[in-house]
Amino acid sequence: MQTLMNVVVCAKQIPDPAAPGELDPNTKTLKREGKLILDDSDAYGVEMGLQLADKAGGGEVTLVSMAPNSEVSGLRTALAMGAAKAILVSDPALQGTDSLATAKVLAAAIKRAEPDLVLTATESTDGYTGLLPAQLAEILGWPSITFAKHIEVSDGTAKVQRQTEEGYDEVEAPLPAIVSVTAGVVEPRYPSFKGIMAAKNKPVDEVKVADLGLSEDEVGWKGARQEIVDVSPAEERQAGEIVEDEGDAHERVVQFLEQLKVI
Amino acid sequence: MAVSTTWVFAEASEGKVATITLELLTKARALGGTVEAFYGGGDADTIAEQLGKFGATKVYAADAGDALQGAPVAAAMAAQIEGGNKPDLIMFGQTYDGRDVAGRLSAKLDRPALTNGVDVSADDKVTVQNAIFGGNTLVQTAFDGDGPFLALFRPKSFAAEEGGGGAAEVVAVDVPDTGLSGQTKVLDRHVEETTGPKLDEAEVVVSGGRGLGSAEKYEMIEQLAKLLKGAPGASRAIVDAGWVPYAYQVGQTGKVVKPNVYIAAGISGATQHLVGMKGAKNIIAINKDKDAPIFSIADLGIVGDVHKVIPKLLEALQAKG
Repeated sequence: MQTLMNVVVCAKQIPDPAAPGELDPNTKTLKREGKLILDDSDAYGVEMGLQLADKAGGGEVTLVSMAPNSEVSGLRTALAMGAAKAILVSDPALQGTDSLATAKVLAAAIKRAEPDLVLTATESTDGYTGLLPAQLAEILGWPSITFAKHIEVSDGTAKVQRQTEEGYDEVEAPLPAIVSVTAGVVEPRYPSFKGIMAAKNKPVDEVKVADLGLSEDEVGWKGARQEIVDVSPAEERQAGEIVEDEGDAHERVVQFLEQLKVI
Repeated sequence: MAVSTTWVFAEASEGKVATITLELLTKARALGGTVEAFYGGGDADTIAEQLGKFGATKVYAADAGDALQGAPVAAAMAAQIEGGNKPDLIMFGQTYDGRDVAGRLSAKLDRPALTNGVDVSADDKVTVQNAIFGGNTLVQTAFDGDGPFLALFRPKSFAAEEGGGGAAEVVAVDVPDTGLSGQTKVLDRHVEETTGPKLDEAEVVVSGGRGLGSAEKYEMIEQLAKLLKGAPGASRAIVDAGWVPYAYQVGQTGKVVKPNVYIAAGISGATQHLVGMKGAKNIIAINKDKDAPIFSIADLGIVGDVHKVIPKLLEALQAKG
């Protein structure tokens, strides 16, 4: 009998990180208006999920995401890569939600998908708390292995190479489990034209916070239980000397290193 | 005083306390009140003296065995707190294990955790400062309600200084049953041999970015780092591209470095990168785009092609011997 491998990938839609960020003067949180894109960091999870399902000989990738405003443009990118479907928790009440409340929402959505494995990025590019994988795992009561650089699944067990300060650890955990994936470990595929066309018709199941059995007080500003009391500019570092290379700029570098007694 | 007891999540490797832990202990001492460490490794006795020197009066030892620390240490902390042994503030490093323990504890206690802190104060309220948008904006966030407050700090936010205390008293604490959550098992540890100094401890860091053009060209960076007795680093772009491992990454997602000299070669200077290196004492940037943001913070900016400048630089340094 075939072993199916159903993978949930948590996917975040973020403002283009190449554009300068801006804080909303009233809420003092990051402005997330305009077009959102799939967080690059999540593309590795999507690719890894597709590869694992492929290797198992069956199964599919389901995306789980949340947004205050029905945004789907980033999810379409991941669907075009090959994810089968998406669950999007879309609710205005989610505005201002912190990482713990995000974990509560995503955990409830993940339960609906009944996956064998949940993949996340190690942290999002825009919020970068890096806490979500562990919070998610604790809420679901599952094991978690963070900072994976390689994943193998066999006989209901995930075997993971986990990044450490000194190198990496070989770690295993029974499924279902949460694994966070570091960037660069697989090469995310480019969506094909066929994939992009197919993505337009793939199901995105939109649910509200209340549909998941959560109260609106647990999410958004109310759920965060912290207050941004001040925002101020940091001391700026000044630009120094600029040298246009005309074939001898390396000499200036040598001189500079000598002044600093590095050489 | 807003804090009477602070816990510091302690990390150590082969009997040596991690620098981040010593930094946090030093800061915890400055907040006033009692400082205690919470440790998940199995060899608390070997580090009690070091922890004490930096200000911990006690070290709670919750042996995680061969499981990853997240679930067991968070469960042991929660059990202490529920039993009435309740600190006002728990400080974690923004590290691999620090994130795991803090994340799990946050969910267990149903309390938020503030991340990426670079400073903390405890006056009327406990307030954590962090730096956003590549470090050009500082944000102060205060916790609401009562402690324990959970906060994670970026490495190198505080200078580690000894406080002259005696060895910390080792207090073994129970690790409650963590069920499936704790079913992780570390089968093997691989230590990757590196020749030069560690990236986050090196006096000189030479980092390469997308401007190198291809993975093979990263060798120039390694050679230059070696000649300067420094460590090679990388921008996120080339880590994402798979040219070098994640361990090389300098920036928001990677390591924070504060070397004497930082050389950025072929790196444009995205905010993601600046967060990790703008604390360097001296910055040299080499990039062919004169408008690259990296030049706005460089002490010496070379507008030129890395493929021309670096080979000549290597040659000149080799000639000097």
